[in-house]
Order: sequence, then C-alpha cells, then structure tokens
Amino acid sequence: MSDLHKAFDHGKAFIGFVTCGDPDLDTTREVVKAMVENGCDLIELGIPFSDPTAEGPVIMEADKRALDGGVTTDDIFAFTKDLKKEIDVPMLYMTYANVVFHYGVERFCIKAQEAGISGLILPDVPYEERDDFEFICLAHGIDPISMIAPTSEDRIAKIASEASGFIYLVSSLGVTGVRNDISTDLEPIIKVIRENTDIPVAIGFGISNPEQCRKMASISDGAIVGSGIVRIVAEHGRRSAGPVGDFVKSMKDAIKDL
Amino acid sequence: MTNPNGRFGEYGGQYMPETLMNAVIELEEAYNRYKDDPEFQKELKELLNEYANRPSRLYFAKKMTSELGGAKIYFKREDLNHTGAHKINNVLGQALLAKKMGKTRLIAETGAGQHGVATATAAALLGMECLVFMGVEDMERQKLNVYRMRLLGAEVRGVPTGTGTLKDAVSECMREWTSRISDTHYCLGSVMGPHPFPTIVRDFQSVIGKEIRQQIMEKEGRLPDTLIACVGGGSNAIGTFYDFIGDEDVELVGAEAAGKGIDTPETAATINTGSVGIFHGMKSYFCQNEYGQIAPVYSISAGLDYPGIGPEHAWLNDIGRAKYVAITDEEAVQAFEYVSRCEGIIPAIESSHALAYAMKVAPEMGKDKIIVVTVSGRGDKDVAAIARYRGEDLHE
Repeated sequence: MSDLHKAFDHGKAFIGFVTCGDPDLDTTREVVKAMVENGCDLIELGIPFSDPTAEGPVIMEADKRALDGGVTTDDIFAFTKDLKKEIDVPMLYMTYANVVFHYGVERFCIKAQEAGISGLILPDVPYEERDDFEFICLAHGIDPISMIAPTSEDRIAKIASEASGFIYLVSSLGVTGVRNDISTDLEPIIKVIRENTDIPVAIGFGISNPEQCRKMASISDGAIVGSGIVRIVAEHGRRSAGPVGDFVKSMKDAIKDL
Repeated sequence: MTNPNGRFGEYGGQYMPETLMNAVIELEEAYNRYKDDPEFQKELKELLNEYANRPSRLYFAKKMTSELGGAKIYFKREDLNHTGAHKINNVLGQALLAKKMGKTRLIAETGAGQHGVATATAAALLGMECLVFMGVEDMERQKLNVYRMRLLGAEVRGVPTGTGTLKDAVSECMREWTSRISDTHYCLGSVMGPHPFPTIVRDFQSVIGKEIRQQIMEKEGRLPDTLIACVGGGSNAIGTFYDFIGDEDVELVGAEAAGKGIDTPETAATINTGSVGIFHGMKSYFCQNEYGQIAPVYSISAGLDYPGIGPEHAWLNDIGRAKYVAITDEEAVQAFEYVSRCEGIIPAIESSHALAYAMKVAPEMGKDKIIVVTVSGRGDKDVAAIARYRGEDLHE
C-alpha cells in the first residue's frame, strides 16, 4: 500500500491535475507548489500522450503544448524526483497505457517509485486488462487506480473489491472537460462501492466550480479537478501559479466544512 | 482463431475506458447471439447479394499476365461492390447487428471516405442516423467522398486535431461514443480497436476469401499460390486471408504503405517500421517513438495512412504465416496508372499497393503459378489526387 491514504486523512480531499511540461516543467513546478500551498491534498501529474482518447479538448491541447515543448517521460521522472523534495503531499501519474507499456512496465514503475510516485491512473486500462500493469505497480509501492463509470453497473462490485489506493468515480458520460451540470445519480453507485471496499472514493470529470466541487465531495471522499486547472494554465501560460493557487483555494474552501 | 479474451497470441484485448466497457461487452454478446442465427444470416446474405452486388467477380487479368510474363494474375473485384469498395461487407453486417440491438444511430471514422460512404449508405438504407468523423486533411484529399456522404444524409464532422487523418478520426469517434452510448453503435471500419471489433469485422469480411476459394476452384481447379491485399488496419486483407490460413501452401502477403520510403519518417508501414504497443483499444504493432508517442505517419493513400495494424495481422506476422511488404507512393501510383491502362480498371490507390507488389513478383514466378490480388476498391475517388501527384491540378 502506498501513502495515498494520507490525502484522505484530513476530511474531504481536493485532488488537482496538471499536465507536466505545459508549457514547460518550470511552470508545472510553480503550479504544483501553488496547488499544495492552497490546500491540494493529492497531486495528479499528467504525462502527456500524443493521442489521449479519454480527454476532451482542454487536456488534449495541454498534452500537445507539452509534447511540442519537447518534454519526455524521462524528463518528468527527474522533475518529479526534485519536486518531491519540495512538497509533502502524495503524487500520482496519469497517462495512457502505451506510455507505460512502451517504456517497459517494470522500468517505468522503478523510475516512478524512485521519483516518489504513489499511484498510477491509466484510463485505457480497464479491469479486464489490469494484469499487464497491476502486479508490477503494487510490487513497487504504486497503487493502480481503478475507474468506475456511470455505465459500469454490474461491474462495480468486482472492480471495487479488487481496487487499491482510492476509487476514481467518473461523474458522467463522455471525456474529461468542464461541464455546466453533472446530472448523474451517483449515490447508488457509491453505495455499491462502499459495500465492496473500504478505500476512499473520489469523483472526477467535469468539476470546475466550487459549487460542483462541494456537491461531489459531499457524497464522496473527494473531488478531482483536471480541465478546470489546465484551462487556467492554457490562459496564463508561464504566469499560471497565482491564478491556479486562487482557484484551488476557492475549491478547497468550498469543501473544508464537510 | 480468437481466444475467449479477444486475443490473437499476445495481440488484441480491450484497452478501453471503463465508460465503454459494458458497450463492447454488450456488442460481443449480441454478436455471439446473432452470428449463427439463420434468420440474421439470411437477411445479411440477401443484403450482400441483392443490394451490394455480391458475389464479386474473380477476374483473370489476361493482358497484365501476358505483359508481365510470369504467374497468372487474378483480381478479386471488390471494387465492383455497391459503394465501390470492400467496406460495405462489414458495414451491412454491423448495421444490421446494431439495428437488432435496438440502436438507431451509427457513428464511424473514415480515412479515404470509403468506410464513411458505406456507413452512410447502410444508415440511409436501414433508416438510421449517421455521423462520420474524418480528419480535415483527408477531407481535403477526398472531397468527392465527403460530398457523397452528405448526399446520403450523413453528417460529416471534420477532425482538426493531430495530423487530421484516420488516427485522429478514430480517436474522435471513440470520444463521441463515450458521451453517447445507449442509442449509438460505433461502426468501426477495420479489423482493429478493442475486442470484439477485430473478430466481427474479420468475420463480415471473410466472405472475400470464401468466394475466392470457390471461384478459383471453378476456374483453375486448385488453390492459388499467393494472395495479395493492401493493409492499413487490414480488413480487406484479413477478409482475403482468413479462409486460407489453414492452407499452408497458399502464401499470404499484405502490402503496407511505405509512403516516401521505410527509411524516411514519412511512412505508414507499421509492421516494417513499428513496434509493439497499446493504442486504440488493442495491443498490436504501431509506428511510435522511443517514449511510446504515436508517430505522425504518412501515405499518399488516406485509407492506409494509419499508424497501427489489426491485431490478427500482428499475430500472423509473428508466427510467419503472412508476410508484410512495404510499397512506396511512387510504386503505388505507377501500379494505379499501369492497371488503368493495361486492364481498363482504375483501382483505388489503396488497392494499387497490392497491385504494385503483384507487378514485382509475378514476373519472377513461373507461368504455372497463380496470384490473386484483392482490388479492394475503385479509384475514381483518387483521380484528382493522382493528377496532383503528377503535377496537374484538376478542378473537381
């Protein structure tokens, strides 16, 4: 087991995502530090992929900016290792199966562990294909994070019962991105998850304002925000740390008393 | 040949977002229910024969055979199918299946536009809504097919991301499916993507090889020595090969698009230049860099301009049952022009890759040998692009 549980030890967790190297790693460092200073409990670091099929336009464009800037997986390992010295919240990587598979799953996990990474999210690796990754991750102290979606239905119980770290509950149909309204009835899904596991449940996809953040955190153990942060980076570029910090503070403040 | 998890050796699988997992499982269950259902098969056969003009002819290319002076060359004329390519075989099967599943809307990706046209056609015929994703670069290369799809009542949505080609259209189609599943079937156009697509598409395309077997037995009284088909994702190739996999004396050859050459970055020859990876729902060979970033591939042929290959081809390659050769733009264009002049048949630029390989090997084979080349589609759609390649600007 990793130290991911720390993120959920002090009430509802706020989990923030940023794409590494968008537009460069110095910016990513400042953005992450601002997120942590403003109460972010867990950092999701995106390793950019050329063809991110589960992402909406905001993160797709971030991946493109990062790759156009020349960032590589090896750069991100070195960057993370340095960053870990400056912050004390857990971190995980979110990327796509091929980035890990092509690097070599074992080799990737060794480097990630050395860099201080606690978890790995691969949106294109479902329950059926987890064997390629799961055991090697766990052997290196990295929790492979399982996703559950509104369409999971009869799959919820088996996914939840074998999950580790926390459950990433996808709020609604579609790809990542800002949504005006999240209408999915998530509470029955969370009930089935709770019946099958004791690990925390955090909700992501489409959460972009304090009201949504509060609503989602109130029915779960935490809220995950990606596109809402990345679009600030898209707008402010190398001067994103300040505005991202303010945004994270507003989101965290909305869930503090829950 | 598929094992229960949709694997061909180590290749294949279901590398999909959780949101779509029940959709692909539902599809697999429906397919297993209908594939041996006599009523379904009867309906499909009637559509294929009465509507799509099957069986397609096996044509002896007498003049080309005589000019090249070696093996006898036959063309499997998939170009004579309704909509002008092999794509209709798969689309009619999937559209009928989708209809049985209660779906009312088809979405599809397209490269050259042939699969998009076939899907739009089936949607029109069966009264379904249709949305086709096409890279903006391909829309430019294949304007005629864009208009054909719209004429057939489909919406064509341009995909500007990435290289604006087939790979990006597939990604966008997957994104669309993630956001709307209950009434929508993703009518995937090749033997790729997550299980069960490589198996379903192969089964619907295997009519090509089954007909070749019967027709060549009637004409020659024996099986061919070599089967040649072009390979992007690989659906007309697997359709050609599948019935012959057990016939070890029949050589199976897939012609990949080398673009400007396999020693240049402007290539789409996946087996010849790629490595094993996981993308678009499957484990297979992909053109990619050292960090697993998918390469921006290139071919003059929009239909072969894809950085991956179907998992069953990856497996047939590894076990040595099929071989995959690389054909450059220039070789394909020469074959396009040669076959047009020699046989009075204008082949698709995709199919011209297979014909180019036949032109290379036929003279080296004895006159008692038999080659069957699958002419997967007709070349009308390519005329303007080939003219451009030769420095002539046609206004369509």
